[in-house]
Amino acid sequence: MASSDVARQPDKNIRPLNLAGHVGFDSLPDQLVNKSIFQGFCFNILCIGETGIGKSTLMDTLFNTNFENFESSHFEPQVKLRAQTYDLHESNVRLRLTVVNTVGFGDQMNKQESYQPVVDYIDRQFESYLQEELKIKRSLHNYHDSRVHACLYFISPSGHSLKSLDLVTMKKLDSKVNIIPVIAKADTISKSELHKFKIKIMSELVSNGVQIYQFPIDDETVAKVNTSMNGHLPFAVVGSTEEVMLGNKMVKARQYPWGIVQVENESHCDFMKLREMLICVNMEDLREQTHTRHYELYRRCKLEEMGFKDTDPECKPVSLQETYEAKRQEFLLELQRREDEMRQMFVQRVKEKEAELKDAERELQSRFEQLKRLHADEKATLEDKKKALEDDQVSFSKRRAAAQLLQGQSLTANGKKDKDRKNSGFM
Amino acid sequence: MLPRSSALFIFGSQQQKNLEGYVGFANLPNQVYRKSVKRGFEFTLMVVGESGLGKSTLINSLFLTDLYSPEYPGPSHRIKKTVQVEQSKVLVKEGGVQLLLTIVDTPGFGDAVDNSNCWQPVIDYIDNKFEDYLNAESRVNRRQMPDSRVQCCLYFIAPSGHGLKPLDIEFMKRLHEKVNIIPLIAKADTMTPEECQQFKRQIMREIQEHKIKIYEFPETDDEEEMKFIRKIKDRLPLAVVGSNTIIEVNGKRVRGRQYPWGVAEVENGEHCDFTILRNMLIRTHMQDLKDVTNNVHYENYRSRKLAAVTYNGVDNNKNKGLTKHDTGDGMSPLAQMEEERRDHVAKMKKMEQEMEQVFEMKVKEKLQKLRDSEAELQRRHEQMKKNLEAQHRELEEKRRQHEDERSNWEAQQRIVEQQKLDLSRTLEKNKKKKIF
Repeated sequence: MASSDVARQPDKNIRPLNLAGHVGFDSLPDQLVNKSIFQGFCFNILCIGETGIGKSTLMDTLFNTNFENFESSHFEPQVKLRAQTYDLHESNVRLRLTVVNTVGFGDQMNKQESYQPVVDYIDRQFESYLQEELKIKRSLHNYHDSRVHACLYFISPSGHSLKSLDLVTMKKLDSKVNIIPVIAKADTISKSELHKFKIKIMSELVSNGVQIYQFPIDDETVAKVNTSMNGHLPFAVVGSTEEVMLGNKMVKARQYPWGIVQVENESHCDFMKLREMLICVNMEDLREQTHTRHYELYRRCKLEEMGFKDTDPECKPVSLQETYEAKRQEFLLELQRREDEMRQMFVQRVKEKEAELKDAERELQSRFEQLKRLHADEKATLEDKKKALEDDQVSFSKRRAAAQLLQGQSLTANGKKDKDRKNSGFM
Repeated sequence: MLPRSSALFIFGSQQQKNLEGYVGFANLPNQVYRKSVKRGFEFTLMVVGESGLGKSTLINSLFLTDLYSPEYPGPSHRIKKTVQVEQSKVLVKEGGVQLLLTIVDTPGFGDAVDNSNCWQPVIDYIDNKFEDYLNAESRVNRRQMPDSRVQCCLYFIAPSGHGLKPLDIEFMKRLHEKVNIIPLIAKADTMTPEECQQFKRQIMREIQEHKIKIYEFPETDDEEEMKFIRKIKDRLPLAVVGSNTIIEVNGKRVRGRQYPWGVAEVENGEHCDFTILRNMLIRTHMQDLKDVTNNVHYENYRSRKLAAVTYNGVDNNKNKGLTKHDTGDGMSPLAQMEEERRDHVAKMKKMEQEMEQVFEMKVKEKLQKLRDSEAELQRRHEQMKKNLEAQHRELEEKRRQHEDERSNWEAQQRIVEQQKLDLSRTLEKNKKKKIF
């Protein structure tokens, strides 16, 4: 939280007073320092660079310790970030250091989305802080700040210029984090090549509008050294955790057949400059810039995105509470609308289905009718046939009866005839 | 213990790594020092007490300056009808450190005949400052946030020797959760050490009885410091004497009050607790006073203010009770909305599922019914068909029988006819024969 910069407040109501003796508030900075030592410090570094470029080695060398390093392969399908946190201790100062490394950066064939996981990681840390800051019951003084304070961008020592991946990535990151570009594996470039390389890199950065971190020159105590260091950017570094005997001392170095590259020798590389600038002189400024510039930018964008404004349409200042209230009303209405919509949809479906089923029923009904008719027809036919048969039977019976009658008659007639014949025969 | 500036992390709970050589971050405190000096410091101090208790004199003694002078007359020289709250801002420098000091005075406090509610302007002032800060902090475009919150309130108790007055108790009870209260016994040179001791004990008893929370010194791990702090705690509330005049005592020039019987020295530890107050207020605990104001009093104000407005859409500030939402793990209102949204989505999903289930079930039922009807229909149709077929067959059979019968009969008839015919032919023949 930034308290006002007293020196810049030209408030007419403030009058300077002279003190007649030693009051004692010159201990205020000490009180502040004691409090911050008691609290402990927190620093988060992000290292971006291709696989094998020496990120982990440089971290180990910078912090004179052995962090857990995983060797990654070149076959990661996507860029990932790996964060590890360590508690370090120097003199009476406790530092919680988080080192974030990119894994697989620059290995994919299509590197268009390579920067995205990095941007997302940085934004997530900002978001987390913002959420805490917006809470109703918050504990900011206890909050473990995970925002990225410094980003070391490792440039490949090609000796020619920046790669397009470098430019694209740094452009995406320069408004989100303090970028400190370093030339990695500087022991593969000669002095004259290095000089030209540095100039080329800086001019490319300028012409592409990439804003890298500049060491602050507003504080007279450190203005001089910072200005001179700004002129040495980007730092050409060499990292090594191995020690080589030189004279009567063991020094961190890389041993080649043609000589020994000493990490801490300023004429061999800029490692010492990096350590001094990054850690000894400007660590606090890096933290401050992250909070007052990069985080504020993120916060402003996020709040504007969510529709918060400082003034309403009539240009009257709007308080956060009013905005919250309005948002909440909107939000509740939205939820209600969704619910209603869903219910409507269901009612619609039910109607449709009912209609469908009704149709099916009707169809069934008509089929039923149809079958009924069919049956009726067949029955009718059957009845006709039956009738026909009956008629035949009746007529047949009649015939038979008639015939029988006739036969009976003729028989009796014949019998008579016979009788007659018989009788007549006797005559 | 109130939560104040506690450690940011439990050291060693992460991986602890040893450094094998110089790194340089031990320089961080120096960097912090440097930056803080560049920024400068601010402090707002409020003094409250009846007039004539020596408030302005004490301020002048504390800061070794003339806060009120002929050009800037102090409030005590003006007659007030009601309680006013006035601030004076001064810029002081010492040892390269700049301090913007705001002194807030409350002339008229406790001076009226009827002093009920005379604390209200004070409360309003403090709340206003909190609100200003809250608004500044909540803006989308935040610039430098000037901090005018009251960080310490020196409350002057009249040296009656008998205990706190009702006004004292009322005031402290109403303000102890808004500001760091440091009660002082004013004009301590009117009491003997024993009287003072008794008075102090009485006051502390009453403070405890009424559960008033005055400013507490933070605990430290340092044994030495803790011993020192405990000694101070025993001497609370501090009895002070202030003076604008410098007197020569034994060759030394000191601030003091000249009496016929001697000089009461302001900075003499045996005469009064002024030095303790100055050391504590300015030299050792000024930062802590600011921290407690920021981390405790301001946060209380803020959470109450935000909770009251956001959850009910109605300004519940009048309602002292906390809503059920903020007794939980207070989230930011946006996060709360997010969670509500998620809950709602889950609820809708469930509702959808249920409705879907009911729907499916009903449809199944209906379909089943239809199928049953269809099956029934089919069955009946089959049955009827069978029936008809049976009837057909029966009929066929009957028909066949009938045909058979008929054809038999017809055949028989034909035979009979034939016989008849033969017979009649024979008869004819015979007849013809017989005639001859």
